[in-house]
Amino acid sequence: MRVMAQMGMVMNLDKCIGCHTCSVTCKQAWTNRSGVEYVWFNNVETRPGQGYPRTYEDQEKWQGGWQVGRRGKLQLRTGSRLKRLLQIFSSPKLPSIQEYYEPWTYDYETLTNAPLQEHTPVARPRSLITNEPMNIEWSANWDDNLGGAPELTQDDPVLKKISAEIKERFEQTYMFYLPRICEHCINPSCAASCPSGAIYKREEDGIVLVDQDRCRGWRQCVTGCPYKKVYFNHRTGKAEKCTFCFPRTEIGLPTVCSETCVGRLRYIGIVLYDADRVLEAASTPNDQDLYMAQRSIILDPHDPQVVHAAEQAGISRDWIESAQRSPIYALITKFEVALPLHPEYRTMPMVWYIPPLSPVVDALTDTGHDGEDAGNIFGAIESLRIPVEYLAELFTAGDTDLVTGVLKKLGAMRAYMRDLNLGRPPDESIATAVGMTGQDIEDMHRLLAIAKYDERYVIPQIHAEQGPRQEEFDTGCSLDYEDGPGMGGWGPFGESSGGSTPIAVENFHMLAARQTADTMAAPGEKAQRVNLLNWDGKGAPEGLFPERPEESAALQGADGGGVGEGSPAVTDPKP
Amino acid sequence: MSSTLEILLWVVVPYVSLAIFVVGHYWRYKYDKFGWTTRSSQLYERRLLRWGSPLFHFGILFALGGHVIGLGIPESWTAAVGITETMYHVVAVGIGAIAGFCTLAGLAILIYRRRTVGPVFSATTKNDKFMYLVLTATILFGLSNTVLGAAGEGGHYRDSVSPWFRSIFYFQPQPELMAAAELGYQLHALSALLLFAIWPFTRLVHVFSAPLGYFTRPYIVYRSRDPQLGSRRAARGWERVGGDRR
Repeated sequence: MRVMAQMGMVMNLDKCIGCHTCSVTCKQAWTNRSGVEYVWFNNVETRPGQGYPRTYEDQEKWQGGWQVGRRGKLQLRTGSRLKRLLQIFSSPKLPSIQEYYEPWTYDYETLTNAPLQEHTPVARPRSLITNEPMNIEWSANWDDNLGGAPELTQDDPVLKKISAEIKERFEQTYMFYLPRICEHCINPSCAASCPSGAIYKREEDGIVLVDQDRCRGWRQCVTGCPYKKVYFNHRTGKAEKCTFCFPRTEIGLPTVCSETCVGRLRYIGIVLYDADRVLEAASTPNDQDLYMAQRSIILDPHDPQVVHAAEQAGISRDWIESAQRSPIYALITKFEVALPLHPEYRTMPMVWYIPPLSPVVDALTDTGHDGEDAGNIFGAIESLRIPVEYLAELFTAGDTDLVTGVLKKLGAMRAYMRDLNLGRPPDESIATAVGMTGQDIEDMHRLLAIAKYDERYVIPQIHAEQGPRQEEFDTGCSLDYEDGPGMGGWGPFGESSGGSTPIAVENFHMLAARQTADTMAAPGEKAQRVNLLNWDGKGAPEGLFPERPEESAALQGADGGGVGEGSPAVTDPKP
Repeated sequence: MSSTLEILLWVVVPYVSLAIFVVGHYWRYKYDKFGWTTRSSQLYERRLLRWGSPLFHFGILFALGGHVIGLGIPESWTAAVGITETMYHVVAVGIGAIAGFCTLAGLAILIYRRRTVGPVFSATTKNDKFMYLVLTATILFGLSNTVLGAAGEGGHYRDSVSPWFRSIFYFQPQPELMAAAELGYQLHALSALLLFAIWPFTRLVHVFSAPLGYFTRPYIVYRSRDPQLGSRRAARGWERVGGDRR
């Protein structure tokens, strides 16, 4: 057993309202540059729909991901290494920019310099690729909210797998949103396709990154990724992809898309997995068994043997504890409501989804039934085959029983919690019907519905283990030499000896002390004196002025300060 | 004794060009790893590239192989294993002509594409244009030499150009050999030397990224997080456990 930690995400699709805040903030943070105008590391698709880039899920066409060869050996769908290198001069399966969309801007200058005319001047769209005027005919999200259906949605590769009768009826049935980022796969086919070895998986947290200094622009990763989440920067000639916002997650902050998600539907945490069994799991012959195969390599972080092996593998204690508290582990393994996106691509994706129940409930309510009654909802999930089959094509390689099972759990949670909220006795039989206990359901409800920040994001920090070197040192501190006096605390000769404390560090401790202390800062200790640089101007905390013996009582006014218009006596000098 | 011009053209120029070639690549790799790329334009256009690029690249790889054999292997060696001059000539000219025309056809398609497809043209730098000019000239001179050789009017490079080329690397240059070579070969060599001199500063550097390591490396690359956050090295005693595991 070789234990490795993997950062992952779970998205609760029931809560996605398709507002695209995640996409927009991600774009602002990462891809608002020339060359990646068309790139959305995070995009939100309306399903059924073609997706972005168009029909990317059609692997017969795009040849992404892995497949099991004739002798049961796992290989890239594009063939052998030799075959790929022979095709390197013109990658045959690379989507063109039209498959994504041609990015554009508007000719805003016309609005200001157009001559006087009867009609308001118009800023016409201009291509950012050719700089010529263009007609906007497609974009990253053209079929948002089924815009243009059914002409556009009939090209949905997932829908094509479902029978004709269902296809005709699906448009009256439902739609939902699917936010997508890079899957940070355990078995990434983009990395396997990279001729230069520039795409790597980080040992510490499993995040898949492109080394920009090693990438040579061979474009094989774009073909290799079945989710089409590696993009080619047409200005720099390098591949770029979602970084899981590693500069943020390294210090324990959630990714930009998660942080800004108004529906609070994203969960971030780590899981521990057995790296030795990845190949075996990815080679599982039957597509529908891949979900369980991937579950089987995810280790139980509470198991003492796993903990021991993790410690042997150099995973630190706080990471193991984070894995034990991980919301994604709970949703994947404990509650079993999260499912991987397209497990049949065999890349072992690590962004999982809780399939949406809302369309079922809505459809049920539309028919005049009580959409949250346990009896009704269980029956409805069985009879509403269309959403279930569609969801199964997305999340379980077509295994409808798994999706039904998850939807029943979500339905049971609604029914069970409704009883509690209405002050009725809890009906344990609802929980039993889906193989859970009432407590499980309440825990799941807390995680899914209450969704506290600290419980949604359990992100262990990266251990820099680099000792006393912080950003101020990089701007050139004169004391920064080996065995220098260092910083923090006093030197051997009292408070003015030793190195100076960098302002950032001093501010940080000062603010932390003021936020957590019960009283205003006292001047006794250097660390508690008021630093004028970070004094927020409110009141006059103690320590702002030197204390005078006879007035010390007056200074302890009810308002916590004594200096101001209402207290001239205090500021007036006394003889 | 060789004239000053001969020494300049066939001793000084080659060494300057090769020095720029070697040192230039070292410099470029050290300071511009980020700029070291194929700068593919396939995203903009793929129909013409589908034909032009493989034709050009495979053609020029064969041509490269031909040059290695033709310039690197002395006539005496091939004669020693029983290959006659005529046999050698027929094979070399035959394969060389096919490879050369493939290269030229590919290059023609690629240049046509570059000029006519809007996005590709606007992504073309002055550097690219100059490089294309020198590259095309070199290929045309080379191909004309091969064609003339096939027509029987020349093609005697194995006793002039080849020994001169090898003499450069022995550091005992023999400019008089090259001075005696046919004009076509002289022009081909000069334009090639110019190409070598500009090589490190153009997109041609991607030749040295030919991903041969792909055959031997494992599919999935694991790498530890960069041990160093800022621009400074960690203080002594604060190195990461296990060191750099890249």
